[in-house]
Amino acid sequence: MPDDRIEKRIELKAPVSRVWRALTDYREFGLWFRVRLDGAFVPGQVSTGWITYPGYEHMKWEAVVQKMEPERLFSFTWHPYAVDPKMDYSKEPPTLVEFRLEATKAGTLLTVTESGFDKVPAGRRPEALRMNERGWTEQLRSIESHVAQTS
Amino acid sequence: MSPKRRSKPVRRQVPAAASVFAALGDQTRLSLVGKLCRGRPSSISQLAEGSRLTRQAITKHLRVLERAGIVHSLRSGRENLFEFDPKPIESIKDYLNLVSAQWDQALTRLKSFVED
Repeated sequence: MPDDRIEKRIELKAPVSRVWRALTDYREFGLWFRVRLDGAFVPGQVSTGWITYPGYEHMKWEAVVQKMEPERLFSFTWHPYAVDPKMDYSKEPPTLVEFRLEATKAGTLLTVTESGFDKVPAGRRPEALRMNERGWTEQLRSIESHVAQTS
Repeated sequence: MSPKRRSKPVRRQVPAAASVFAALGDQTRLSLVGKLCRGRPSSISQLAEGSRLTRQAITKHLRVLERAGIVHSLRSGRENLFEFDPKPIESIKDYLNLVSAQWDQALTRLKSFVED
């Protein structure tokens, strides 16, 4: 399923309030995400820190917190591939990471999406490609269908 | 998040990924790719056949595709031919699969973190 958007759904046996804390308390977030953050998450502000994954401690974490809607939505933008100190990534489009929480009988349904790997304009449905029978165009079609879904 | 995505192969692929998506984000260019991916290298005149686009417009779009590595130009006699290269699109697939696998790992850690 090649796509330019990643979506994950996971059922967690913990109440929404617990999951919300694990996501938005910067210390708790750091424990499972493996990053040591300098301070709390604040919408509109840059979050900085250092990766704590063994062997990768020299790598910086930087994200911009977007939304914090209690027990419902937490999102940030970042450059997940911004690793080369000599490169200027500020002009690259960032990806958007969104955590959505829903209460279920068992606990919490968490949906994570990461999007924005593309900047493909919305709603393109090129006839030329749809009519092409070559196998590889499946890949392009998945990009198109993504674009259609997110437009 | 596992830092594997920060390993070298990914680092090389990703700036390309952004430019590949940007290059494909245009209906005219997608239709040019649609023509070229039928397998045979084509000249600008061939690509202009049955199209309302001028040769200049086609050239401009081909340059964008070329910079993203989706299309290569080659010389045939006095003519410039353009051929399709599927590799950039395949490398995007690999990159996204890697990022996807890393989310799986991070969420597995989150799961044991909140359920313990």
